[in-house]
Amino acid sequence: MQIIKDKQIIDDSWNYVADDAELVEGNICVSLARWKKDKQQLLKSNSKIGVRITSSDSVEAIADDLKDIQLIELDFPAFTDGRIFSHAWLLRGRYNYQGEIRATGHFMPDQVFYLSRVGVNAFNLEKTEDLPVALSNLNDFSVNYQKSIR
Amino acid sequence: MYQYNDDDQTLIEQRVAQFRRQTESFLKGQISDDQFRALRLMNGLYIQTHAPMLRIAGPYGLLNSKQIRMLAHIARTYDKNYCHFTTRQNIQFNWPQLEKVPDILEELATVQMHAIQTSGNCLRNTSSDHLAGVCIDEIEDPRPYCEIIRQWTTLHPEFAYLPRKFKIAVSGSTHDRAATQLHDIGLHLVKNDSGEIGFRVLVGGGLGRTPIIGQVIKPYLDKKHLLSYLEAILRIYNLFGRRDNKYKARIKILVKESGMEKFAELVEQEWLQIRDDLEVSAERIESVKAQFAPPAYDADAAKNSDFAQYQLENQAFATWVKYNTADHKVPGYRAVFLSLKAPNSPPGDITDTQLDAVADLADRYSFSEIRSTHRQNLILADVKQADLFELWQQLEVLKLATPNNGTATDMICCPGLDFCSLANAGTIGVAKEINEALDNLDYLHDIGDVKINMSGCMNGCAHQSVGHIGILGVDKKGVEWYQLTLGGSSENEAAIGERLGPAIAKDQVTKAITTILDIYIKQRHDDEPFLDMVKRVGVNPFKEQVYANN
Repeated sequence: MQIIKDKQIIDDSWNYVADDAELVEGNICVSLARWKKDKQQLLKSNSKIGVRITSSDSVEAIADDLKDIQLIELDFPAFTDGRIFSHAWLLRGRYNYQGEIRATGHFMPDQVFYLSRVGVNAFNLEKTEDLPVALSNLNDFSVNYQKSIR
Repeated sequence: MYQYNDDDQTLIEQRVAQFRRQTESFLKGQISDDQFRALRLMNGLYIQTHAPMLRIAGPYGLLNSKQIRMLAHIARTYDKNYCHFTTRQNIQFNWPQLEKVPDILEELATVQMHAIQTSGNCLRNTSSDHLAGVCIDEIEDPRPYCEIIRQWTTLHPEFAYLPRKFKIAVSGSTHDRAATQLHDIGLHLVKNDSGEIGFRVLVGGGLGRTPIIGQVIKPYLDKKHLLSYLEAILRIYNLFGRRDNKYKARIKILVKESGMEKFAELVEQEWLQIRDDLEVSAERIESVKAQFAPPAYDADAAKNSDFAQYQLENQAFATWVKYNTADHKVPGYRAVFLSLKAPNSPPGDITDTQLDAVADLADRYSFSEIRSTHRQNLILADVKQADLFELWQQLEVLKLATPNNGTATDMICCPGLDFCSLANAGTIGVAKEINEALDNLDYLHDIGDVKINMSGCMNGCAHQSVGHIGILGVDKKGVEWYQLTLGGSSENEAAIGERLGPAIAKDQVTKAITTILDIYIKQRHDDEPFLDMVKRVGVNPFKEQVYANN
């Protein structure tokens, strides 16, 4: 499956592992709840670790763990749920997170520009055919009134 | 007024291109109704009863003659030869075609106009005092701060998908003409004990279904912290505002449910972490202020004596001066209200020919600037007293000189059932009937300052809950009924009106209004204004008479 990362369309190297599924080899992403529960086990594996956060989660809950996490997925339950934008801003602006922040779930290709400005650098779109338009939407504006987060 | 630089211009042009692509994608079926709804609303486009409605931003109510001519052109070319001014100083077109909207926006962009964030669950157009910079009771001109806020809110990436809409108003004078206590954030320029000027910040005000008066969250905020403090409030709202029920999603509900103390604490904690990174520098403030420097006033303007003479000789002119002009800080100048409340004309509406003529008058008499007001009228803010008689004569011909500013026929009124898909009841017809019943100017002037606000549904676009007399259209089993309230105010002593009693039938509304006004005339003490009398006697004397007749 393909995603956008750092303004390029690439093959996705991560596997999301559901809470009730067995852990697998390779780069794995788990829910915040599973991270909290299986943290030690996950850290012992050779995998790179990703954590999926949804809009109702608190970013603060993971602030101390960020050094151990290479990917944070911000999962939109609905495209109208703007909490995701503040989560991204907080991860970059407050907690200085340097890893990959990826938008996933129900968001629109028309939202990638704003998401990129609050620090999201990867996009897993609902429909793969939207990848080219989303990529071009990242350049919707060349001027801004606010500082970008990075 | 603020002039766009290259970056400002590029931004609105790129927004037009973006919206054109979004509209085309929708028309090709590539994005869903729900998705396009969110995208178009953020660009002021509603789908209404008969056609789309496009709301254009009037940044803090300030327009130039070029922009007014463009509105006339849009009205002629894409609409039915008129447009409508709203209570938040914006402009609405009721009949554009969806496919043509990108073309309209492209034309608007040529005169530095746009529809960015005039609707949707985002940061809306900032509104302000329509007499900013010219009134006699000003602490400091709020417009430079409005412009700084305009830029900060425009395409703010973090706050484009808020729980609900978010409105900011700024006032710089002692008399609040911008209804700041009824906004999500209200900002008042105030002096502190050391004589420095900063902001008193109010939060959690709002109208609609649950009208609430805003409370002070920060009694004094240094100007350099303006944007960081706004950002802190917005981040807390974005993270914690309710998203489960759209009727409980405004910030006023978050403030109410958390309690002001706790909410203020959250904001303070957030603010302390960001304020040093988001300072507004003194240089920045000065450079924006320079864009609002006073025009080249005539130092001899007050020497003219014809003005006094004309008033003595011509009673109609004197009456118009009394009601439709306001004192100006520069001697020999007055601010002139152009009434958009002529009998037989829907409140706030203006035609293309009137718009063109207003642009010409602004060029000739008022430094090419026009303002729109919270009560849906227009203002030429800088007219020399020597020009007033001539200007009045021309406004008379244009039907823009009805001397009813601040009186009972200067009604705030939403488009109602005739245009709006949300409305439960008609408003324009009722407004016309009330206007006809109050057509005797002497009677109208004797009643004096009575603010009647009428909305066609409980979303309350016409601010009925803060009208001295509020009229709210409701639907009862497919029939239009009207709920009356008394004693509301959006000014310094902001108050939510009290319900008079059960809703009344459409054909009883005008009679009820005239009954209320008659009781006021009979029972007032000397020069007691309507609102003061309602406060003194309560609603009961009015209630008894209004319902006795039914």
